[in-house]
Amino acid sequence: MMTNPGNRLTQGQFSFLPDLTDQQITSQIKYALNNNWAIGVEYTDDPHPRNTYWEMFGMPMFDLKDPAGILMEINNCRKTFPNHYIRVTAFDSSRGWETPRMSFIVNRPKKEPGFGLVRQEVDGRRIHYTIHSYATDKPETERY
Amino acid sequence: MSASETSETPGAGTLSDNARVDLEAEFQESRIQEVLDQLDRELVGLVPVKTRIREIAALLLVDRLRKQFALTSETPTLHMSFTGNPGTGKTTVALRMAEILHRLGYVREGHLVAVTRDDLVGQYIGHTAPKTKEVIKKAMGGVLFIDEAYYLYKPENERDYGQESIEILLQIMENNRDDLVVILAGYKDKMDRFFASNPGMRSRIAHHVDFPDYTPEELMAIAKLMLAEQNYRFSPDGERAFAEYIPLRMKLGHFANARSIRNALDRARLRQANRLFAVRKKQLSKVDLMTLEAEDIVVSRVFQDEAGPAGN
Repeated sequence: MMTNPGNRLTQGQFSFLPDLTDQQITSQIKYALNNNWAIGVEYTDDPHPRNTYWEMFGMPMFDLKDPAGILMEINNCRKTFPNHYIRVTAFDSSRGWETPRMSFIVNRPKKEPGFGLVRQEVDGRRIHYTIHSYATDKPETERY
Repeated sequence: MSASETSETPGAGTLSDNARVDLEAEFQESRIQEVLDQLDRELVGLVPVKTRIREIAALLLVDRLRKQFALTSETPTLHMSFTGNPGTGKTTVALRMAEILHRLGYVREGHLVAVTRDDLVGQYIGHTAPKTKEVIKKAMGGVLFIDEAYYLYKPENERDYGQESIEILLQIMENNRDDLVVILAGYKDKMDRFFASNPGMRSRIAHHVDFPDYTPEELMAIAKLMLAEQNYRFSPDGERAFAEYIPLRMKLGHFANARSIRNALDRARLRQANRLFAVRKKQLSKVDLMTLEAEDIVVSRVFQDEAGPAGN
């Protein structure tokens, strides 16, 4: 049974939708800026859902008023890592939250091989299940 | 929009050739008059500057109407250079300019980011580019005001990182014209030298605005305005003493126009407080607390030794 045709990675906001256009990304960032959230651009080639900490592309951006600067960074990142996953996160530093409030993917590799189910036999007949990204079989930088 | 009801070509958003647009309505709608009035109120004198600002505003407004007829398509170059001595109101005018541009829709946010060389140029190789870009990102959607911009270029040191910063700025000024407006400010002669050695910078700047020095009468008006803001005023004698003080101070070195006046008033307030404190037994009225007397001003060192170094 194929539940996710194309094996598109579904993490963060809007990931079940078609890729956001730059204009849509701009309006999302504008929303974050209006809430005074600090925005960071991050990339990875290891899309496992438990891989929470992606590499940061430059510093997180504080005190910005306009999305144009962030879009510039996103485009720089896309140019540097055209075949990586790139996401934008918006961090809320206000007390009680202190956590990312938004996170969405803005760039994906052309071909996403998806995840395989791995069964591991332990203690007699018990089975442990986990998932494994096909892409990570290859070494870093050669994955996509 | 203020366009008359005549047909608007569907889709393209441009008006047909015989449509009419209302300049007055457009002007009212943009609410720039408020900003211009505010500029008039806040800044004494500076007539040539105000005229230039008004001209620029008119140009932009007309440009906006031309856009509706698809006569102009690209964003006009809006980068400016403000030249003049210190304390002539360059930063204040830049602040108002940002607001005018915002109201006319040429910048999206209309905030002003004021920086100097230190904020743009790094300490070591590879430090400058991220630093400059950081500042540019902050200024996007608004106005980037570079004070004493000529310090960016130091011809005596060919390894100076300022050049790198200038190159990034030039690139952004050309490619991101929709996103930010750059205003360079500084002394007239030094800026002229800066532009002479950076022709690329000169050609990317559309408006050169020169700020004249204030006359003594204008400085007096500024002083009164400043005092009124802080609920102080001169006694008639005090006013006469200050009118004498201004030309004397102007002759001394390091005269920074309105800024020097502000400092002089701060010191006068200090002396007034001391004077009131010296006669503690007396009951003070509201007027006493508000008034600067002649004796608060004449003790200034400017009156004592006119040939002395720059000081009080």
